[in-house]
Amino acid sequence: MTTLKKVTQKQLFLPLFSMVLVMLINIIYDVAHGNPFYNFFTISINSQGILYGRLIDILNRGSEAAILAIGMTLVVSASAGTDISVGSVMSLAGGVCCVLLAGFGNVNVNSYAVPLWVGVLAGVLTACLCGAFNGFLVAFLKIQPMVATLILFSAGRAIGLLLCNSAIVYINVESFKMFGGYTWIFPTPLLITAACVLVTALVLKFTALGTYVQAVGINKDAARISGYKSAAIIFLCYVVCGLFAGIAGIMATSRIYSADTNNIGLNLEMDAILAVALGGNSLGGGKFRLSGSIIGAYTIQAITTTLYALGVSSAQAPVFKAIIVIAIVTIQSPVVKAYMKKRKAAKLAQSSVEVHA
Amino acid sequence: MMKKKRMNSNSILLMLTILLFAAMYISGCVAYADKGFTKLQVFLDILKNNAGLICVVCGMTAVMITGGIDISVGALIAMECMFMAVGVEEWGLPAVVLLPLMLVIGLVFGLVQGYFIGYLEIQPFIVTMAGMFFARGMTAVISTQQVSITKSPLMSKLSTMKFNMPFEIGAYLNKKGKLMVPNVSIYVIIALVVLIATFLILRYTKFGRSLYAVGGNQQSAALMGLDVKKTRFKAHVMCSFLTSIGAICYVLNTMCGTTRQALGLEMDAISSAVIGGTLLTGGVGNVIGSFFGVLINGTISSLVKFNGKLSSAWPNVVTAILLCFFIVLQAIFARFRKKD
Amino acid sequence: MTFPGVKALDHVDFTLRRGEIHALMGENGAGKSTLIKCLTGVNNFDAGEIHIEGIEEAIKNRNTLEAQKRGISTVYQEVNLCPNLSVAENLFIGREPMTKLHTVNRREMVKRAQKLMNEMNLPVDVTRNLDEYSLALQQMIAIARAVDMECKVLILDEPTSSLDDTEVEKLFNLMRQLRDRGVGIIFVTHFLEQVYAVCDRITVLRNGQLVGEYPIAELPRVKLIAAMMGKDFDDLASIKPEGGLHSGTETLIDAKGLSHAGKIKPFDLELARGEVIGLTGLLGSGRSELARAIYGADKAQTGTLRVKGKDVHIKHPIDAMNLGMGMLPDDRKAEGIIGDLSVRENIILAMQARRGITKLIPMKEQEEIADHFIELLQIKTASRETPVKQLSGGNQQKVIIARWLATDPDFLILDEPTRGIDVGTKTEIQKLVIKLAQEGKGVLFISSEIEEMLRTCNRLAVLRDGAKVGELSGEMTQEMVMKTIAEG
Repeated sequence: MTTLKKVTQKQLFLPLFSMVLVMLINIIYDVAHGNPFYNFFTISINSQGILYGRLIDILNRGSEAAILAIGMTLVVSASAGTDISVGSVMSLAGGVCCVLLAGFGNVNVNSYAVPLWVGVLAGVLTACLCGAFNGFLVAFLKIQPMVATLILFSAGRAIGLLLCNSAIVYINVESFKMFGGYTWIFPTPLLITAACVLVTALVLKFTALGTYVQAVGINKDAARISGYKSAAIIFLCYVVCGLFAGIAGIMATSRIYSADTNNIGLNLEMDAILAVALGGNSLGGGKFRLSGSIIGAYTIQAITTTLYALGVSSAQAPVFKAIIVIAIVTIQSPVVKAYMKKRKAAKLAQSSVEVHA
Repeated sequence: MMKKKRMNSNSILLMLTILLFAAMYISGCVAYADKGFTKLQVFLDILKNNAGLICVVCGMTAVMITGGIDISVGALIAMECMFMAVGVEEWGLPAVVLLPLMLVIGLVFGLVQGYFIGYLEIQPFIVTMAGMFFARGMTAVISTQQVSITKSPLMSKLSTMKFNMPFEIGAYLNKKGKLMVPNVSIYVIIALVVLIATFLILRYTKFGRSLYAVGGNQQSAALMGLDVKKTRFKAHVMCSFLTSIGAICYVLNTMCGTTRQALGLEMDAISSAVIGGTLLTGGVGNVIGSFFGVLINGTISSLVKFNGKLSSAWPNVVTAILLCFFIVLQAIFARFRKKD
Repeated sequence: MTFPGVKALDHVDFTLRRGEIHALMGENGAGKSTLIKCLTGVNNFDAGEIHIEGIEEAIKNRNTLEAQKRGISTVYQEVNLCPNLSVAENLFIGREPMTKLHTVNRREMVKRAQKLMNEMNLPVDVTRNLDEYSLALQQMIAIARAVDMECKVLILDEPTSSLDDTEVEKLFNLMRQLRDRGVGIIFVTHFLEQVYAVCDRITVLRNGQLVGEYPIAELPRVKLIAAMMGKDFDDLASIKPEGGLHSGTETLIDAKGLSHAGKIKPFDLELARGEVIGLTGLLGSGRSELARAIYGADKAQTGTLRVKGKDVHIKHPIDAMNLGMGMLPDDRKAEGIIGDLSVRENIILAMQARRGITKLIPMKEQEEIADHFIELLQIKTASRETPVKQLSGGNQQKVIIARWLATDPDFLILDEPTRGIDVGTKTEIQKLVIKLAQEGKGVLFISSEIEEMLRTCNRLAVLRDGAKVGELSGEMTQEMVMKTIAEG
């Protein structure tokens, strides 16, 4: 009983539990359809010499959300608010990258106008700049994060569209497909995500960034008196969030080797925010756990993939996402928690009365 | 001297919004006079195209005054429009039944969201995000097609019903020498009634004033004996209900249901409210400002349309720039007041 | 009423008579707030009854609204009104006068509000927003609201903490006026002087239990403190070492003409190693602001600051910290503790900031430092990993002191380190201040209690209206300080 309690109170319980639940549903589904129960976990190397399997698919497709979740976790922790512009910024970064590579005004090219690295770097830098803009508004002008990022939420995608002349810019060059394709047997997005997570985790482990971010997120003024430059930390978090949005944007663009500004990163900000919440992090800021957010992101992808496998169309899937969100937040709601505590106390009191009797 | 009302920063912001609208409109009149931008009908069309948004922004303002937010409004409109379209076309139900049902759906939707926000104390952003997912998904569950409303005579009649301006204000002779009297559709009138009603509710009822109190300082409001939970609950119910009225305006204007209906409308509503002087921190705002916010948004779209050459992305960019301008201005004012 | 593990209030009887001002006294955690919360319906209680004049059976308030309807109103330390509404609305919200159409009758509301303000001699235009008025006025408006609601019982929970002396006097006049009208007032405060200035009877609580109820004349100060602490307290006067403190030779801080617009006029201040300098003056005289200007918490706008003989420019607290300074701010909750972080993280916080973001203090070292200070300052906490918000006020204060001691500062600013904490911890902190000075550090000490300053400081800088008006040293008495404040 007490061990169970301890386990359920762990921060990672929620995302892990949801993950296991999704897997269970998959197993039941497989068995019901006469497939072996391990079907979901099967990973094989297919004829093209790359890893193949539903699990790999989830890890591959969930890459963007996972990368965004890193930046979002920091932003939520430091500023107690969400950056809703990441999806839009992704699209803008992809647009800038493609427009540079194709040459302004071209919509379908077979060779680069500038070297690949220039395009990629420009895309990522644009995203960092967007992050800096958000950070400036939030950290120095003290504007609520949601409102501040609302500006780029609506403008980012629109600027991308203007750059691309409202067209889809195709880059038909093999090397551009690299970021969204495969490296040796692994999907490249998975490797990029792993690298991003690893770097962030190492930075958190070997520097005091975690302390800085959490201190600022919990009590800005106290942190300031204790020598922390709160505004600078918040600003930094937004820039980092922009950076990761840029990387995710390049990745998404490379997957379809074109800048489809209207659709890249659409609604991904919601997935990223959801990942942070599902990871057991409070959206009110403060203490955070990166691993939770990452697992959260992949859990969401697992849910999406599972739903598709169950025959739910992509347009209908949000219904289930909504139910999951509500379930999570209801469990985490302070009111429900207090109620459960009270009930437990009442039960305890009752049992002690029985003992006395 | 004492009687003279001092200008506080909030009314300055409101004045600025109104001036901005006037400047924009007049510059449009000057630039596109030859294309007929000066005609009253153009202005009325802005109202017509934004009738749904006006209803939504009324509800959004009420919610934002309490310090909340509702990002489910666009999806809710899409769901209800689809419900109406499929109801008429495929289920063969009469519009007389469906119209009140739309309001009921909105009410139930609001009750659920309001319960989670008010009584379970979950962040409004998260709850309404779930609401948005749900409604968008349900739209697709009802139908993934674009469904046009053709089979309901009542809907067709309501949709095309026109009310001419009284006394032929702004009337002109067209090229064939026929007298054209500017007119508005029934849903513009609905939207204006909603606007006035919301204005009165916010200013003159206990409920309206408690919205401001809760937004100003929740703890104080509770200690002064206001029921904070109930107030927040009611605000969200009101928002979803007004959104449903907005959905009726919307469906009368577009006469169809699609999964992409009213995409991003929530952001239009929020930016209109912010441009109109509503603070997202709560406690400050009124629907008149938000109304002008909608008009500014509508005028920008209208100007881009009259230009004809500009990309459809421009309204978004311009709105974002305006939003940025007003937000920064609000921040500067807030800092100024603090220093005082 | 019980909290998990602790009985917050245990069989306490409390009687308030019509037309009296009744002080409710006790150290932190004595159960004052809990008692009030039970009366006003914020908390539920498990056993016992509440009776009120005019109602036959025992009452049980389920929320503040019910309590208000039965005539029990509360005014808290932080003003609990809505800053974005007009004064009139604040007075009438929830009970607005209505028109026949069932809408709010704004004209009537303004008329009645203005009449109420005039009756109470408050110079307020009720159509203006509340946040245009000073905190003191806001507090009086809150009281006016309670009074207008026909309250029989008015509970004032630490209403004077943010008021200066003239404002306190105004408040007392209002309280006496209400008492004469027959209102029973429960007055909770930490200031002993104020209790004796205005109250008729005192009830003392300790550890959730009733110590006793006394008429004011029968309970001299010493006895009151004894009753609150439950023991004969240390002879407080004896904490200063024999022969007093000696000023060191090296000048640590030398401020010339430092100022901050609107808050403090240019001032000079010098502080040497081994000195404890007190900043005294009335609230709002610029005590905290002066300290904050030196530390860089609020940027000084003019003047020069020399630290250890070198000219310095402090733009941000971190600059001051790198020069060996530390500051314990007066508002513990807003600027002191980082509630969700553990005791350990709170203790190493400033040290980490000095080392910089790239040089994380190894976990082992962090734990050693935390354990060292928990032991040294006797911080009462379940473990070093307990979130600091779960600690009591006094222990939180010790954690913040530990945070600064961990940086081994040469110069420490302590702004109201003993406010709102119990008498026992107060003495400990005072002793610590003296010890720090003996170790050769410089301390700038700010407190509202002159007694405390006289015991700990070897020099006092006196402030009035944002300007330094004098300095005292050697044998100092309360009268001398008062005189300096009054005459400069």
